[in-house]
Amino acid sequence: MKIRDVIQFSIRASSGYPTRTLLVVLAMAIGVASVILLTALGEGARRYVKREFTALGTHLLIVLPGRSETTGGPPPLLGETPRDLTLEDALSLTRSSAIRRVAPITVGSAPVSWKHRDREVTILGSTPELFEIRHLSIAQGRSIPSGDPTRGTAVCVIGYKLKKELFGNQSPLGEWARIGDRRFRVIGVLAQKGQSLGMDPGDLVIIPVASAQALFNTSSLFRILVQANTRDAIPKAKKAILSIIRARHEGEDDVTVITQDALLSTFDRIFTALTLSVAGIASISLAVAGILIMNVMLIAVSRRTTEIGLLKAIGAPGRQILRLFLAESAILSLIGAAFGLILAFFATRGFARAFPSFPIKVPFWAVGAAIGVALLTGLVFGVLPARRAAKLDPVQALSGR
Amino acid sequence: MIYLAGIERIFQVGDEAVHALSNVNLTLNAGEYIAIMGPSGSGKSTLLNIIGLLDRPDRGVYRLEDVDTTDLTDDQQASVRRHKIGFVFQFFHLVPRLTAAENVELPLILAGVAPAERQPRVQAALSALGLSGRAKHRPDQLSGGQRQRVAIARATIMQPNVILADEPTGNLDRNSGKDVIQSLEDLNKKGMTLILVTHDPDLGSRALRKIQMVDGKILENTRAS
Repeated sequence: MKIRDVIQFSIRASSGYPTRTLLVVLAMAIGVASVILLTALGEGARRYVKREFTALGTHLLIVLPGRSETTGGPPPLLGETPRDLTLEDALSLTRSSAIRRVAPITVGSAPVSWKHRDREVTILGSTPELFEIRHLSIAQGRSIPSGDPTRGTAVCVIGYKLKKELFGNQSPLGEWARIGDRRFRVIGVLAQKGQSLGMDPGDLVIIPVASAQALFNTSSLFRILVQANTRDAIPKAKKAILSIIRARHEGEDDVTVITQDALLSTFDRIFTALTLSVAGIASISLAVAGILIMNVMLIAVSRRTTEIGLLKAIGAPGRQILRLFLAESAILSLIGAAFGLILAFFATRGFARAFPSFPIKVPFWAVGAAIGVALLTGLVFGVLPARRAAKLDPVQALSGR
Repeated sequence: MIYLAGIERIFQVGDEAVHALSNVNLTLNAGEYIAIMGPSGSGKSTLLNIIGLLDRPDRGVYRLEDVDTTDLTDDQQASVRRHKIGFVFQFFHLVPRLTAAENVELPLILAGVAPAERQPRVQAALSALGLSGRAKHRPDQLSGGQRQRVAIARATIMQPNVILADEPTGNLDRNSGKDVIQSLEDLNKKGMTLILVTHDPDLGSRALRKIQMVDGKILENTRAS
């Protein structure tokens, strides 16, 4: 029997019983659609997080004071507090050839006021390199001046939201704003760029790092952002940072260096695992569809007993009967999978339209996997009915007993 | 051509073993017209099923064209049924969702004959039985006699050597029954061996050889001269 004839025969057999075919196809379509939709959501979440991290900057390393790893050895009887990171530490990092830019950061919160309006906002002390590393752009005016970072000047760049709240439609450039107990001249306004990982560039004031240290009366840094020369230079830059800081801190490894790539790959792994487990949960519905297929095929075998007997009488061996019934359940599940794909396509379209900022995306492998699993389900759950059909005794089948 | 020796067929009904066939010995020649007759339960259908390889004897030897069929695998038996034997049943057993032409085509499909070759053969078989105009009709749109003639077309499409007919007129009125018997006898005249199971003595008397069965045994085996 030719494959084309097997397929044609199975299709004729399925279309001969439209109600049950429709039910099976519907169940399979829902199963396939839910697998694809849920993986698309998981994949979308992964891409969303990845995008957020990439927006932090490229080839980024973050230096934090203190060790995050626990090590063995005697307990710190002498109260081993980590050394602070200082501005000099940050500046010394530029010596490494693997490092392109360094931005020391001091963070604090202080009231900012102009005339009678005032607002409590986050104050970021840094250098002009911060703008380069974090891809911050200036909407009006200019960035904080380069020059000796250890000497603070009384200038500030303010976020666009803060500008609107303090100055309204007036130009803030050249105005003197009060931050804490000092006065700063506004020289620039940050461009609107959307939120990136908790830090809203709208509600922010950036001032030179030395000024911030004086404002908050501290000599330590919150962290240092480092941009490596290239992606490949990231490990080298990490090593350089650790050795330079160790040399400056009397041989102590008392900083932690986080690479953006490590963070990214961690989140990537988490979200991939999440996507897979969600897909696994969704495939339960495929199993339900499979059981329905088995049920329907068993009914088909008992309804078509005489037909099976006849096929045997006119020369179909058991093997061929098995093939015919397997083909029928496979075709039912494939048709279901096709409808499921269409359903999932329209659902993701709708979702993408409703939430344009969420990068929902059907991963290519999910389509293949869903179809493959559907086909497999059809075959696996089709085996029992098909075997029952193949084993029918032709004499009894023909007599309808 | 058909050689049966010491055939036994035992059915287990509850605790009781029923001898559907006991020690049946029979030799049939090619081209014969045979009627197997007997009351219901006499084992005539069982004998026909064994000759048609739908059933296996519990004991005995069955040789079809000098091939011992008891050793054949399921696949080989199916192949013999496909190429050498044509069945005609009392209840026609047409596939209800297929048209007359498609029903006739089924054995060719199972045998893997190319579609281009199938169409003319189906047309020829249908027109030989006067069914050309009914090719596109489904079984429920055909009369009983037409259905049985579609079944005969299906049984003969593979050019078998033997036609096995189990009460082919049992479900037909007298007139269409006569047509069907005429069709079968025409095939016999062309050289096909025709084995007819019936309990109708009128029908049986038309055959050249009559086999009378009772309780699983051959009572009489007469040949008209």
